Amino acid sequence: MMDDLVFKAGGWLGLALLALVFAALAVDTPFAVHMVIVAATCLIMLWSRVSRADYGAMARGLLKMPPDQGVYDDDPVRWGVIATIFWGVAGLAVGLYIALQLAFPALNLGLEYTSFGRLRPLHTSAVVFAFGGNALIATSFYVVQRTCRARLAFPAAARFVFWGYQLFLVLAATGYLMGVTEAREYAEPEWYVDLWLTIVWVVYFVVFVGTIVKRREPHIYVANWFYLSFIVTIAMLHIVNNLSVPATIFGSKSYSAFAGVQDALTQWWYGHNAVAFFLTVPFLAMMYYFVPKQAERPIYSYRLSILHFWSLIFLYIWAGPHHLHYTALPDWAQTLGMVFSVVLWMPSWGGMINGLMTLNGAWDKIRTDPIIRMMVVALAFYGMATFEGPMLSVKAFNSLSHYTEWTIAHVHAGALGWNGMITFAAVYYLVPRLWGRPRLYSLRMVNWHFWLATLGIVFYAASMWVAGIMQGLMWREYGADGYLVYSFAETVAAMHPMYLIRAAGGAMYLAGFLLLVFNVWATLAGRVREEKPMTETPYNAAADRPLAPVPAE
Amino acid sequence: MSYDEVRHFADSWGLIVMVAMFLLFIAWPFRKGARRHHDEAANMIFKEDDNGRS
Repeated sequence: MMDDLVFKAGGWLGLALLALVFAALAVDTPFAVHMVIVAATCLIMLWSRVSRADYGAMARGLLKMPPDQGVYDDDPVRWGVIATIFWGVAGLAVGLYIALQLAFPALNLGLEYTSFGRLRPLHTSAVVFAFGGNALIATSFYVVQRTCRARLAFPAAARFVFWGYQLFLVLAATGYLMGVTEAREYAEPEWYVDLWLTIVWVVYFVVFVGTIVKRREPHIYVANWFYLSFIVTIAMLHIVNNLSVPATIFGSKSYSAFAGVQDALTQWWYGHNAVAFFLTVPFLAMMYYFVPKQAERPIYSYRLSILHFWSLIFLYIWAGPHHLHYTALPDWAQTLGMVFSVVLWMPSWGGMINGLMTLNGAWDKIRTDPIIRMMVVALAFYGMATFEGPMLSVKAFNSLSHYTEWTIAHVHAGALGWNGMITFAAVYYLVPRLWGRPRLYSLRMVNWHFWLATLGIVFYAASMWVAGIMQGLMWREYGADGYLVYSFAETVAAMHPMYLIRAAGGAMYLAGFLLLVFNVWATLAGRVREEKPMTETPYNAAADRPLAPVPAE
Repeated sequence: MSYDEVRHFADSWGLIVMVAMFLLFIAWPFRKGARRHHDEAANMIFKEDDNGRS
């Protein structure tokens, strides 16, 4: 026992010293800062081993986590829900801030650390990988246990996945602020952070598959198919897209293994499949579990869910080239990307219909249950985004929309509407169950969140649609003699009102999220708000009669 | 294999195999007797409560 402790403590101390050596030999400051962060993490681990205090138990006490572990291993899920909420606030706040920067450039503050170029990847990674990623890790651990009727395999590894992922996020976020970037969309972290994520991700795969292997249920529920394809495909995309050669192992700069158009295609093969296998497929896994559970009805068609799955798997991987229309990419490859994107419309809508029709016979729940309401709006936005996406991938549309704010409108309709709303619904579903509370602190507050978020999206998407189409039309406006009518600066000035409306929409969305934070915090504290139940339409005998026939004039 | 050979293999035999696999996978749920199996699978998530107690 003592030997074990000495061995482990010595290991952490050794790792910390190694990181400090790397920090001392670093050829650039950001790399040194990152190595100090790694060393500090190792020293914290060392301290928690040596001091023998159970900090985990203290933190669980602080967050009022139930001491009873129950049939399933839910602590990593609880931590995941907390992390989702924490990063959600950070990601949305940074998003609002950079939206305001576009309207008021003075908010760049004249500092490199707060300039738009550094905060934008911070925003995208914080919402996609930190908010979304934590929600996916948490819900996947929750769902796989329930549907396999098995405790998580390798509990220590599951905890490593959670905390290792947080370290990845901290290194990525601090790197962006210091200007460390591979300049690859949605894959900005540099080589050493990528290697760390690869290790974490492989362990995630092992925990997930291990849990499926020890299942006590013969069939593997369809949600797990979606989660598993997310884990496998993201591993493949991450490794291939980040193949690079570091300039030195003591520095934060690396060079891609690809060059020119091959590099561009690799990036967008990754980039679009990040949309597919990070923002679509695993969130559909959430849909296939949480929508039936909340509606208390089985999925509308299990067959359709399998059709949906295989269609997405076989089609999505080819759609990436539509990001490179009218570039040096060969024309046939652009057309291939366009065709597969258009074909994707049908399975996407099949999936949306499958989710919505699950409410068949229980449509009244939309009136009485604000969580169902969020799920329905999430699916509606999934449908809208997967219609708009194929449309924008058509070259003729793309020539107008590409590089304009229309793309921003499209991304946010999907991200705020689909990913955000389904995640909020899942968090509201999970919190009372994970903390053993009779219900959420307030359902009416969920309703307020719903309306703030929905209206926020409407302001956001509508203003960016207008801005994008206007911008695209102004760019291509030729005068009689063949000169461009508008300068670039004129298009920027014309968009100022739309930028203000967008920021207002984003502020509403953030305000709704802050209601979630309060609601969850009060639920954790064990408070239950005295409130009137959500509307039950009262029976009105006088109104419940056929319309009297009205004679024609 | 040269790039050219890989590419011709991919858009002939590779394509045929991928399409055949896809058709097989989506036809499989429509086989005879699959309905009962799917109904069970769809309702499986309601068998126990959320903490694993039936």
